[in-house]
Amino acid sequence: MGIEGIGASVARKEDKRFITGSGRYTDDIRLHGMTYAQFVRSPYAHAKVKAIDSSEAMKMPGVVAVLTGKELVDDKIGNLICGWMVHSKDGSPMKMGAFPAMAPELVRFVGQAVAVVIADSKNLARDAAEKVDVTYEELPVVADIRAAIASGAPQLHPEAPGNIVYDWSLGDEAATDAALAKAANVVSIELTNNRLVPNAMEPRSAIASYDSAEEHFTLYTTSQNPHVARLVLSAFYNIAPENKLRVIAPDVGGGFGSKIFIYPEEMVALWASKKVNRPVKWTADRTEAFLTDAHGRDHLSKAEMAFDKDNKIIALKVKTHANFGAYMSLFSSSVPTYLYATLLSGQYDIPNIYCEVIGVYTNTTPVDAYRGAGRPEASFLLERLMETAARKLKVNPAELRRKNFITSFPHQTPVIMAYDAGDFHASLEAAMKAIDYAGFAARKDKAKKEGKLRGIGLSCYIEACGIAPSKAVGSLGAGVGLWESAEVRVNPVGTIEILTGSHSHGQGHETTFAQVVADRLGIPISQVSIIHGDTDKVQFGMGTYGSRSAAVGISAIVKALEKVEAKAKKIVSHHLEASENDIVIEDGNFKVAGTDKQMAFANVALAAYTAHNLPPGMEPGLKEGAFYDPTNFTFPAGAYICEVEVDAGTGKTSFVNFVAADDFGRLINPMIVEGQVHGGLAQGIGQAILEGTVYDKSGQLVTASFMDYSMPRADDLPSFKLSHTTTLCPGNPLGVKGCGEAGAIGASAAVINAITDAIGTEKIEMPATPDRVWAAIHANA
Amino acid sequence: MPAVKLMVNGKPASGDVEDRTLLVQFLRDHLGLTGTHVGCDTSQCGACVVHIDGRAVKSCTVLVGQAAGANVTTIEGIARGDELHPMQAAFRDNHGLQCGFCTPGMIMSAIDIVNRHGGSVDEATVRHELEGNICRCTGYHNIVRSVLDAAGRMKVAQAAE
Repeated sequence: MGIEGIGASVARKEDKRFITGSGRYTDDIRLHGMTYAQFVRSPYAHAKVKAIDSSEAMKMPGVVAVLTGKELVDDKIGNLICGWMVHSKDGSPMKMGAFPAMAPELVRFVGQAVAVVIADSKNLARDAAEKVDVTYEELPVVADIRAAIASGAPQLHPEAPGNIVYDWSLGDEAATDAALAKAANVVSIELTNNRLVPNAMEPRSAIASYDSAEEHFTLYTTSQNPHVARLVLSAFYNIAPENKLRVIAPDVGGGFGSKIFIYPEEMVALWASKKVNRPVKWTADRTEAFLTDAHGRDHLSKAEMAFDKDNKIIALKVKTHANFGAYMSLFSSSVPTYLYATLLSGQYDIPNIYCEVIGVYTNTTPVDAYRGAGRPEASFLLERLMETAARKLKVNPAELRRKNFITSFPHQTPVIMAYDAGDFHASLEAAMKAIDYAGFAARKDKAKKEGKLRGIGLSCYIEACGIAPSKAVGSLGAGVGLWESAEVRVNPVGTIEILTGSHSHGQGHETTFAQVVADRLGIPISQVSIIHGDTDKVQFGMGTYGSRSAAVGISAIVKALEKVEAKAKKIVSHHLEASENDIVIEDGNFKVAGTDKQMAFANVALAAYTAHNLPPGMEPGLKEGAFYDPTNFTFPAGAYICEVEVDAGTGKTSFVNFVAADDFGRLINPMIVEGQVHGGLAQGIGQAILEGTVYDKSGQLVTASFMDYSMPRADDLPSFKLSHTTTLCPGNPLGVKGCGEAGAIGASAAVINAITDAIGTEKIEMPATPDRVWAAIHANA
Repeated sequence: MPAVKLMVNGKPASGDVEDRTLLVQFLRDHLGLTGTHVGCDTSQCGACVVHIDGRAVKSCTVLVGQAAGANVTTIEGIARGDELHPMQAAFRDNHGLQCGFCTPGMIMSAIDIVNRHGGSVDEATVRHELEGNICRCTGYHNIVRSVLDAAGRMKVAQAAE
């Protein structure tokens, strides 16, 4: 692997700018003549916009413009789109209402924009926004799933009767029902998957500028996928043709899914920059982020699992209501369907699965992909069900899982996915060993003598990553292909620029991608630069989400490197008069095997560019590109075990230990992989015990700041014990699987399984805050 | 607009500002020191932590006028030329950052923690003292390791001086 190659825990190349304050995030950028945008947002969850009076605001010196949704319509700027078509089980397409960037007539959630003030300073824009007088007529509100589907409920969109977007299903209902009917035991569960707010630490931001002579726009924005943003802004929102719009996503301070989507604010900033003919900057404050960043999760589910007399699972039936909020966000429709129900087989051999998902509109912030996106919901449901079943069937929870593990691959589940590789016994065994599972009973007894309730909980997750084969997602309704592109530019001196369509917003691509190059060509990572996040530099790319950068993005780089290597070998064989097949790469030199003849890589590059002596017919230069379209999803999997101690007097949960044993295939940089797992675990644990998004009945977001929404802090979390088991992914060149979402997918079930084990009741909802835990203990007593 | 004068990273800084100008706005918008970040506006997240006269303060909660005459140190001012502060080096060596947005505030808070508790500070104290700094990427695991590592380095450096 070399000291900088694949498998080395190299310190990150990008860190120096971040630890010295030299990072360049969107809000750090100032353009000449820049104005500032402040949105006027609805204080009501459902209301008619009767009038907007901006006359007082326009009188303030330094206010440049006040623009409204009506002017957007007049300028034929499009509504926001949902890019994944899902059909109901009766075959009808999903039923969507229009999602305007600024509401011209009707607002449907608190925080929806109705107008924007453009002014010379941020403070002035804020002052002026308060002077914009909007007259609303309040309408009745549905603030949660149950209210939305009640008979006679207020209707959000005339296009979606009953507030139902779709009633979708996957699997064979008749076969599942038949298996349930003949089961020796059936275990049922009802649960909520709580709504979460992603809360990347960098709030969303956009700076738009317009060059009237060239009729060209530039947008700096906090995006995980700037090319997709450009595509959508061009093709659907009618901002400008793609060749007249450059989108740059510079340093981006975390995404977790929330920066995939193309939001109203960047679209309005672009449009406004042309209207006022000056650059326009908008940066969210944290409460705007709470109100307008797409939220995650928010399911209500009922599930039944059927077992035969030997405790083998024979069927699983699930019914889920998913809350979409007031509008369909960009990829929202796919999250509770193709990213959720397709993972309901988990690590288990389940012959019959049927899942019905009803997507619902409510007067709340739109919901879309958040770290894990559908897969945490599937994993939580399945692993709560397995733990509950083990307790009801009075078998050891590890034993029940082992009995049902899939052990041969490839394995076709009844819910689309074909698992390619895995060893679920190995990861469970590694986790049990790491936490001394065998010694738990003694630890529980000891804690009991000290008046503490101790519990242990397992979670064996699987996820589908590397999103995804374009043909497969196209057949399921996706509006885009999900390949990735790469270009390898070798400079005449032998240094290299890699252009990638993946986008790094914390993942460390500038290091790991360079490691792949170093591993292949033997040159130091300091001579490899990774270029990403700019549509003028990188031709096209699909961006980073769904743990896809290694499995798809690096695979594209490997394909391009193969082409560079092949051309370089031709040049070397010509110069050294040897057969191409005899050329090997060692320590940055191209050598003729078995001889002392060699050319340094830098000399090969120089030869390619001087072109004085190239093989006949060869073009000068050393630059190759590739597109990589995966053949399958990848399937990271693992086992998490959590041990907690609950104080029966206060309901407070303390972590005794948390162990994770993951199988991500080959690791490029184990240090970075572990960092990804730590962060995912924190978000999964946060969901389990801290993070609750609360709307009141009138649709007000009660938890709209860090003072009200409980983010995990250092003192809330334990140190983690991580380990890895390895089965290589057979579907991509390096055998990598992806590690970005695992922690968030597997952790919450382990925590709740541990807490329910400690307190002796299954009835606890997330977040299992001290008051809920205390109430559950006392309801049980 | 009133004039304000203070020292920032050892150099005099001044400007004519509105009374309501926050220290963080002055640093970012007037001085172009954009290493100090704004993550929440409510003094919760700590991305804006700087040192005022050697103590960690959230610069989103201080008017620049309140810092008049003070010595302010930001993330840009803690390295000695190319030599990183031990806390900066420890964050890099222990992978104590991912997206980097909370990092400047984390480092400034962490230096203050070690200054107050000394080089033998323990994990529980570090976790408790970091409650005013939120990170969404790392799960704090490697941040805590970084601070403990730097504490040891700072102890050695102090002993050497």
